Amino acid sequence: MSTLLEVDGVSIALGGRPILDEVSFDIGSGEFTGLIGSNGVGKTTLLRIILGLQKPDGGVVRMLGAPLSPRSRLLGYVPQKVLLDPDVPIRARDLVALGLDGHRYGFGRRTAQQRERVEEMLHEVGAEFFADTRVGSLSGGEQQRVLIAHALISEPKLLLLDEPLANLDPKSVQEIVALLHSLARNNGVAILLSAHEMNALLPVMDRIVYVTNGRAASGTTAEVVRSDVLSKLYGHHVDVLTLHGRVLVVAEPGAEVGDIPDHPALTIS
Amino acid sequence: MHLFFEPGLFSSGPVRTAAVVGGLTAVVSAVVGLFTVIRSQSFAGHALADVATTGGSGAFLLGLSPLAGFIGGGVIGAGAMDLIGVQRVRNRDVATGIVLGAASGLSALFLYLSTTSSAATGTIQHILFGGIFEIDPSLVPLVVSLSAATVLVVGIIHRPLLLGSVSSDLALARGIGLRTTGLLFMGALAVAVGLSSIAIGSILSTALLIGPPATALRLTRSVRGAMLTACFLGVGTTWLGIALAYDSADWILSSQGLPVSFFIVTIAFASYVAAGLPVIRRQVGS
Repeated sequence: MSTLLEVDGVSIALGGRPILDEVSFDIGSGEFTGLIGSNGVGKTTLLRIILGLQKPDGGVVRMLGAPLSPRSRLLGYVPQKVLLDPDVPIRARDLVALGLDGHRYGFGRRTAQQRERVEEMLHEVGAEFFADTRVGSLSGGEQQRVLIAHALISEPKLLLLDEPLANLDPKSVQEIVALLHSLARNNGVAILLSAHEMNALLPVMDRIVYVTNGRAASGTTAEVVRSDVLSKLYGHHVDVLTLHGRVLVVAEPGAEVGDIPDHPALTIS
Repeated sequence: MHLFFEPGLFSSGPVRTAAVVGGLTAVVSAVVGLFTVIRSQSFAGHALADVATTGGSGAFLLGLSPLAGFIGGGVIGAGAMDLIGVQRVRNRDVATGIVLGAASGLSALFLYLSTTSSAATGTIQHILFGGIFEIDPSLVPLVVSLSAATVLVVGIIHRPLLLGSVSSDLALARGIGLRTTGLLFMGALAVAVGLSSIAIGSILSTALLIGPPATALRLTRSVRGAMLTACFLGVGTTWLGIALAYDSADWILSSQGLPVSFFIVTIAFASYVAAGLPVIRRQVGS
């Protein structure tokens, strides 16, 4: 599989606090990659650097071998949530259409072909039933579907999603993961998705980028989610347990490993 | 009220000027106001009205055209708010409040100085509460050009503005210069407030800016629908207000008539309340 995105030695400090320290990993075209780490480890910062919204202190991000120009059309972005008042008359279909021409200045009515593309996209993400509902009135899961359609309609090569599963009920989590998995397969678009919970993603992830303490380990789940690899990353011994098909990362009582994703409560058990 | 409007309503020169300037002002206010409401910048719109008051009263003191004062004040105020940080939502209210306070202090000074000069009472009334029947007809071409330019600018940036109002990160990731669109929009807002100030007064201009768009948002589902409804409501409100004010000279013994601004603001408010009535909301189904 050819390399699509290379993150090469990216470091950044925010407000004097080091956030990411020489983080490197690759993403191949069409791959589903989970960016896993607990809250505050710098997942959003890393996504913003890839998007070109933030400049790293060191390191470089390359897309198809060339340094990534900011605002590349090769990238699609799905923010965690949008705060829109239900009074704002932007409907689901309007937001999807803005994925086609939201950056364009001028008047220009949308062509029949563009409108058809919007319908197709709404259908593809299962949003046709609330296409005329205002975005501010949608549930979290519905909003994610619309935002995914907004990002995908411009046909990017890589879709970046910032914690799309946070604040969703378990059923919606399953649905969104399944949707992303089928979109990745059918459209050949690579996915980089950040999450603080990896279990819902285990069946679909081709690769995992596990971030903690400013550093990252990447590879297949089998290569990364192992006691020795994660212990090195945390700087303390952690155990990786598999229980009923779920992975639990457990630290020794009293170990100063900070938050562990998935089951922080277990760190003191 | 008469069954028919006062004879002479449509042949009176001042009424015709008022109808043209009022109608254009209503359209500009509706177009700019809808985005102001969507972008949650009503407070900035109100503050610009106060800054326009400063500009208008300052222009009177210096013997300049009030329209130039209103718009000049608004543009300077918009620039000051941008410098302090109106583009970042978190700093918006603070930046707006700081500029608002400073401008109001200057207004107090200018209006005080105006009252101490001779024969100024009418002018202060006009600056604060409007004087649509006293607009110099020679201003009409300028009002037409300003209105056309403002509507054009907002039209050109409308899609990036909408995307920016959904999420600034989403807009930035698509390569939209939020700073440029934000500044252009604040400029349009300053012109809208300036035009509205000569029509219904700087203090009341927010009513025309926010009222019809807010009512339209209650009645429609799409941006396009809200835009058309807001324009229609704004123009209707303004023209009805002008007609009622002209007519009101016959209602009471005084031949003065009641102020146009009072009617316009009252109709705008009543429409907003009526649009929120359950029976109307249910029909729209929003």
